[in-house]
Amino acid sequence: MKLTGAQILIECLKKEGVDLIFGFPGGAVIDIYDELMKSSIRHVLVRHEQAAVHAADAYARVTGKVGVVLVTSGPGATNTVTGIASAYGDSIPVVVMTGQVPTKLIGNDAFQEVDIVGITRPCTKHNYLVKSVKDVAQTVKEAFHLARSGRPGPVLMDLPKDVMVDRTEFKYPEAIKMRTYNPTYEAHVGQIEKAGKLIVQSSRPVLYAGGGIIASNAAEELTELATLAQIPTTATLMGLGGFPGTHPLWMGMLGMHGTYCSNMAVANCDLLIAVGARFDDRVTGKLDAFASHAKIIHIDIDPTSISKNVRVDVPIVADCKNALGKLVTFLKREKDINWKEKHEEWLAQVRDWDKKHPLSYKEEKGVIKPQYVVEKLYELTKGKAIITTEVGQNQMWAAQFYKFAEPRSLMTSGGLGVMGYGFPAAIGAQLAAPDRIVIDIAGDGSIQMNIQEMATAMEQRLPVKIAILNNQYLGMVRQWQELFYGKRYAATSLATAPDFVKLAEAYGAVGLRATKPEEVVPVIKKALKTPNLVIMEFVIAHEEKVYPMVPAGKATTEMLLV
Amino acid sequence: MKHTYSVLVENKPGVLSRVAGLFSGRGFNIESLCVAETLDPELSLMTLVTRGDEQIIEQINKQLNKLINVLKVVDVSEGDFVEREMVLVKVKAEGNTRAEVLRMTDIFRGKIVDVSPKEYTIELTGDEKKVRAVLELLRPLGIKEVARTGTIAMIRSKKTP
Repeated sequence: MKLTGAQILIECLKKEGVDLIFGFPGGAVIDIYDELMKSSIRHVLVRHEQAAVHAADAYARVTGKVGVVLVTSGPGATNTVTGIASAYGDSIPVVVMTGQVPTKLIGNDAFQEVDIVGITRPCTKHNYLVKSVKDVAQTVKEAFHLARSGRPGPVLMDLPKDVMVDRTEFKYPEAIKMRTYNPTYEAHVGQIEKAGKLIVQSSRPVLYAGGGIIASNAAEELTELATLAQIPTTATLMGLGGFPGTHPLWMGMLGMHGTYCSNMAVANCDLLIAVGARFDDRVTGKLDAFASHAKIIHIDIDPTSISKNVRVDVPIVADCKNALGKLVTFLKREKDINWKEKHEEWLAQVRDWDKKHPLSYKEEKGVIKPQYVVEKLYELTKGKAIITTEVGQNQMWAAQFYKFAEPRSLMTSGGLGVMGYGFPAAIGAQLAAPDRIVIDIAGDGSIQMNIQEMATAMEQRLPVKIAILNNQYLGMVRQWQELFYGKRYAATSLATAPDFVKLAEAYGAVGLRATKPEEVVPVIKKALKTPNLVIMEFVIAHEEKVYPMVPAGKATTEMLLV
Repeated sequence: MKHTYSVLVENKPGVLSRVAGLFSGRGFNIESLCVAETLDPELSLMTLVTRGDEQIIEQINKQLNKLINVLKVVDVSEGDFVEREMVLVKVKAEGNTRAEVLRMTDIFRGKIVDVSPKEYTIELTGDEKKVRAVLELLRPLGIKEVARTGTIAMIRSKKTP
């Protein structure tokens, strides 16, 4: 029997295990929606297409599956671009389906026509314009395969309206073989041996873990390696949760707002083992001062990440889980080494740095400090919540003061840094994990970038908790202006803002406000007990800054401290 | 350092744009780019000439390989290779320069492919150095127009069995 393109598309999605789609309809995708409605796949109607991609992104992060988005042509498609670029920056598997005008009209400047394949070429792992109904099944198969394999990433399929209406025989390609795409998963034995030997020889090693640990489910292997060889461990923002935040070998995040301990350890180590991380400028600071005394081992599935910013001594192109497993096996053969003794001096030094400048903040009478709010969120959720963040100070305080115990518990736009990511991400995360507490740690600036999703959360009955750290500023930019721009606060005041409690109520959600430190705990407790969408507004110290801070372009040892 | 790449790609719409976009998006240079179908109509061969330090060249190589439509990337300039470029030059040829243009064409083993009372159009092939030399020598005679194909290149066969 012949099926329409839309029917084939839905059948293919089911075959790929898709059970949930985030989307927003429009003229070019009515045919697809018509079929989607008849299928078993759940659809979540967002209120802005950008939010659909962020939600799918977080859904993918929590479940490890591919997040799926369906939007219409033209503005529907362009609105997804920020979401796609964010997923690309963080290597998150997302498939975005955009409607397109009929093939005959392509290039005609038709109504709601845009060259979305051209627009998203540099911010997708790959993208397709499907020109014939005969190509639909194969393209879906390839798109999902590309999104989830190798270094994951977003893939876009542009689907012209006539292709969705045309009919053809449906045959699903069970196997996939792409002769031009073949990622390397297995770590090279020779390179593992070289890396193992460097670890044996080193006396001041550091493990530096990135988002690759989460993507390849390698948290267990990472902890095993660190514990076995007694290596102090740090992580990037994307790697948080990849190593237990309460482990004795844990040093905290590194980089621009990393801990004193992590940055000092990296600067003084003689061996840096980078795993699934990419030496981003927010991590390295001034490049030639970064780990300048160290040999570097770099494990990454993407060869382009290796030796891109920093020269590497032992490159290992492989899946992190595979490489770490092999490294552990190699080191277990070194039975004569007493690792604790071998690294005793180094670990004592690391503990000293930690004691000298732990993460801290100054308490002020009668004023709520944002760090205190995050600490209490951590305590009252026993560290078991899924935390999403917006971007800016809220993101850094969340990263610093919430001790992430397990992978896939922090959702944040790390690479692209999208304000407005956190709330739609919380929606995606809550749908992926209905039984967990999901909290969006937000600022008063960024929450307003996708606040319209309140309606989505209410419609889906999602008990997401939003914690707004309200300092009436675009706080991170204000911090830079205070420190480096002579306190000229250009365009960073947000004194005009909605009443967030009333705003919550307007949507039928619950609004709570804390203006004094003693109100923080009761507000959080009440929110956690409320089986509904809640906005908690914490009116915090207006000029609180994120410390430590490495000024842009400086060495990471040149930290401004509390 | 100058590098010449042979890039085997799938013969699909948008592939050229992916390669060109990669170069412009990452601030790499393209000195010349030549694309045509191979014996296998599903594949095209791009010859791409670029410049950069060691680290940039390594990135170019890796980034090209990362593109989904790219099958194979070879830096032909790593070893012994043949490179050729074709150029069409329209030169002023009047009075006594008419013979001079002919002589130059002959010396560089070119061909006159179009003649008019005032101009000759010359077809020439050679490596980059030769093409540059010809153009420099013809310039004083009055070049009206130049069209170059860009370099194509191939690794030399092994001379010993």
